[in-house]
Amino acid sequence: MSEVKTTKPIKKRKIKLDENLLAYRGVWVYIESERGHVHPVSWELMGQGRQLADQLGVELCAVLMDAAGPALDAHCNSAFHFGADRCYRIASPVLSDYRNVPFTKALTDLVNAHKPEILLLGATTLGRDLAGSVATTLRTGLTADCTELAIDPEDRCLLSTRPTFGGSLLCTIVTLNYRPQMATVRHRVMPMPEPQPERTGLIVDFDPGLIETDIVTKILEFIPDEMRDKPHLPYAEIIVSGGKGLGKADNFKLVWDLAHVLGAEVGASRAAIHAGWIGADRQVGQTGKTVRPALYIAAGISGAIQHRVGMEGADCIIALNNDPNAPIFDFAHYAIVGDCNQILPALTRSFGTYLSKPETKVVMETAKELA
Amino acid sequence: MHIVVCIKQVPDSTHIRVHPVTNTIMRQGVPAIINPYDLFALEEALRLKDKHGGRVTVISMGPPQAAPALRKALSFGCNDAVLITDKIFSGADTLATSYVLASAIKMLNAETPVDIVFTGKQTIDGDTAQVGPGIAKRLELELLTYVSRINAVDRANGQITVERRAEGGVQVLQTRLPALITMLEGSNELRFATTPNMFRAARAEIRHWDRTSAGIEDLKLVGLKGSPTIVSRVFGPTPRAEKAVQIDFDPSNPEAACEALLAKVLAESPRVKKELAQRLPGYQED
Amino acid sequence: MSEKFDVIIVGAGPAGNSAAYTLAKAGLRVLQLERGEYPGSKNVQGAILYASSLERIIPDFRETAPLERHIIEQRLWMMDEKSFIGTHYRSDDFNSEPYNRYTIIRARFDKWFSEQVQAAGALVICEMTVRALLRNEQGRVIGVEVEREDGKIYADAVILADGVNSLVATQAGLRKDIQAGNVALAVKEMIFLPKETIESRFNLAGQSGVVIEMLGSITEGMVGTGFLYTNKDSLAIGVGGMLSDMKAQKTTPVELLERMKAHPSIAPLIAGGETREYAAHLIPEGGYKALPQIYGDGWLLVGDSAGFVNSVHREGSNLAMETGRLAAETLIDLLQAGKEPSAVNLARYKARLDESFVMKDMKKYQNIPETLHKRRQFINDYPPLLNGAAHKFFTVDGQDKRSKEKEIIASFVKRRSLFGLLGDAYHLWRATR
Repeated sequence: MSEVKTTKPIKKRKIKLDENLLAYRGVWVYIESERGHVHPVSWELMGQGRQLADQLGVELCAVLMDAAGPALDAHCNSAFHFGADRCYRIASPVLSDYRNVPFTKALTDLVNAHKPEILLLGATTLGRDLAGSVATTLRTGLTADCTELAIDPEDRCLLSTRPTFGGSLLCTIVTLNYRPQMATVRHRVMPMPEPQPERTGLIVDFDPGLIETDIVTKILEFIPDEMRDKPHLPYAEIIVSGGKGLGKADNFKLVWDLAHVLGAEVGASRAAIHAGWIGADRQVGQTGKTVRPALYIAAGISGAIQHRVGMEGADCIIALNNDPNAPIFDFAHYAIVGDCNQILPALTRSFGTYLSKPETKVVMETAKELA
Repeated sequence: MHIVVCIKQVPDSTHIRVHPVTNTIMRQGVPAIINPYDLFALEEALRLKDKHGGRVTVISMGPPQAAPALRKALSFGCNDAVLITDKIFSGADTLATSYVLASAIKMLNAETPVDIVFTGKQTIDGDTAQVGPGIAKRLELELLTYVSRINAVDRANGQITVERRAEGGVQVLQTRLPALITMLEGSNELRFATTPNMFRAARAEIRHWDRTSAGIEDLKLVGLKGSPTIVSRVFGPTPRAEKAVQIDFDPSNPEAACEALLAKVLAESPRVKKELAQRLPGYQED
Repeated sequence: MSEKFDVIIVGAGPAGNSAAYTLAKAGLRVLQLERGEYPGSKNVQGAILYASSLERIIPDFRETAPLERHIIEQRLWMMDEKSFIGTHYRSDDFNSEPYNRYTIIRARFDKWFSEQVQAAGALVICEMTVRALLRNEQGRVIGVEVEREDGKIYADAVILADGVNSLVATQAGLRKDIQAGNVALAVKEMIFLPKETIESRFNLAGQSGVVIEMLGSITEGMVGTGFLYTNKDSLAIGVGGMLSDMKAQKTTPVELLERMKAHPSIAPLIAGGETREYAAHLIPEGGYKALPQIYGDGWLLVGDSAGFVNSVHREGSNLAMETGRLAAETLIDLLQAGKEPSAVNLARYKARLDESFVMKDMKKYQNIPETLHKRRQFINDYPPLLNGAAHKFFTVDGQDKRSKEKEIIASFVKRRSLFGLLGDAYHLWRATR
């Protein structure tokens, strides 16, 4: 995240913890595993969790909840590779697929038994469902969709930063006299750490005493998504994105043309999606996908915070916009002020030539027509 | 059937800015709107009412200015609206909010037993998606989040079957009523309010409940006092230390700008150069 | 809809609100329908509130209405590229209550006005677009149809207060479509500055305020005006030109405003401010000659929808309020006496307007639009001439005064010719009679 400037700060509160809350130590990361796979956001959180734990001088613990078996054990080992000192393992057939009630009970019982000061979860559908229930059961503070986590050196508190006011500003939130401090973070906001295969740690088993007949909700079936033409935005290395500044739906074609020449994924701002120019699964931004490409080309996108937090991690940001005052120019690496509908076809030609694409001819014809 | 829908009035976020001199948050003369995610919950509730009969009560915790949001919800066909408003509720984070709403729903349940509570997936100003799960926990309702479709409601046996969006697929879940459901966006399309409903809404009495009417038992759990989290700073980001490299664009000679840009990017960004190199014809991975 | 009202008012701007309030206060059953999300959402104005017109409707409005500053100084600037020659009138009399004019912010004011209307007993429904007027077999208007299911609503009379575009009146054939030669396209911005900065730049204290109206180079040859008003902690700045001129010159209003803001006499006044809120709107400028038929069997036109704007004095909202009130009073008299709101009976509406300043002012200036449009010298020649004259006059450079005078007169004669000058004087005199 870039340097941020404070406007008038709200009065700084000295956070004094009750006696019993001082016993809460340690940074925990909930490792989300379903159908044999760990969601990558969990490992990203381990990377961040390791930093927080080091700053606090405490242990980093991974929490794994699943049916017993080799997959669960493998996940524990991976957790150690990603920096865990300790792995809390809850194995039960009741936990083989996600349901709110047993998972909430298991995690809250574990928290009450072993008392972490910080508990992090990925902001996935599962994570948000679980985090909300756990935070309410524990009567503690939860900050969702954080873009930055830090430790306040003075009082050892977790500082959670996230966009606010619909994404036009940022705010930092702290949890007062309550523990654990909970936060969720979206996929790709934190970098994926390098695993260290030689690391090991301690496995601690925990049994929350779950009984299947106690659980009222039944899973009748799981229907996997078809492997259709889903965009692979989160992992794309080159992305061309379009926004409302393109003017009209037809002009989005120019974004597709450039992406085609570059072998890039296509993204869009929230405004373009609300205007119906492209599907919601291509939204880049706080409520869309977070991306970390090598190259991000933003055409006709103003660069409001809710978009910015979704793509700021790109190595190289090229911004094209008609408005010289667009906020995107504040954090782009290269800026071209002008009409996107003229610049995009020219870029398509230039990149096309550079990449000597055989298809370039076809694309160039189209670009010429539109120019 | 008695269905309760929780909505929130939120500022229309596109218009929020920070005043450069006074550092206050400026919301310019723009009306607040119903949190867009709540509208999917509202529509689903009305569809269930159309199918199974019964009533839909829409509620919201907010300041007196939130009444128009409830009135708008009424205009789509809800039967009753309650604004839960009291000075002591202000400054509430999600934990305190779920406490107040849960208390109010308990009171409504005493009037007419509640079968389903709907909330939107999350708010556009808070985004935490926490209030729904919070209410469910407090009222011991079965929780179904990210619901994309309600397949069946079996009132005789008090059961509901839904489709829930999960990572990589859809879970088909069956559980017992009463339940709390958060609807996924895009799961339905909001109806167009009819003229008679617009009139009814314009004339309706919106019930206002303060802490007593809402059945609040413990005042320490509401508002700022009942909120474990607090905002310690609000800020806008500054431009990066290094300014963006400006490439002049001349519409009569667009190639010049593009060539200049390409040259700079290739020279200054090795990772980009590497990515592009991988896309050259005849590239061999070594 | 089986329900029937006494009067339906289409539009919740100043004209519609004035009518609705007056009617509701008299105990009639009033329904007011507004297309936008909230009353005034489709309105754009500078904005100036004329107390005398509002006083006749809500005498104690000052107690609760959201008012920005009361105006104590009026400036009229005739501008050239780098200069202006102007007249200022400031009076301490304007600083004693009750104040005569105020600057307001439309969004807040309209919200307040609508609350008064509702408190008076009118039923106000927003997000209701009227699709068409309903007529009986004899052709009398008996209600409206809205763009929703089950949308026919009946009333004894309908007042159309739906603004300059007046889609309903146009669709119903009650008036012609907007003509580019009869409307101006104007844009405005709100620029936020601290209260203290505004007070020091404009020499104000407390809640007093300044209004600047501008002519000349800022409209770049088009017929139009600019303005700058002081609000409590913001400035409203805007400019407009005849739509026909804008189209011919292919200027966009945004560009026009940007250049105006850069004028050396204007830039320092707005320096350091943050622009928020940008809005554009059409303003009726056709004057008296462009007025359509303003009443008929079961219907009345008020405000901008009829084109009630005094373009010379830039007065529109007070005419809107007057016509709204007078339309309401006409209907109150008729309906309470059990008479039909037929065209014959509604002629009294026009009679009341004729007696009021509304028609009198409209008639007085009826030739202005045509004069300015045909005789561009008033926009193009006189501002630079007058500025040039002032420049020569006020520069002390060793030249003797008599030759200065001669040069000034010569410049006028050269540009307009003696015959032209006389003609201009004549035409200007005639246009304002």
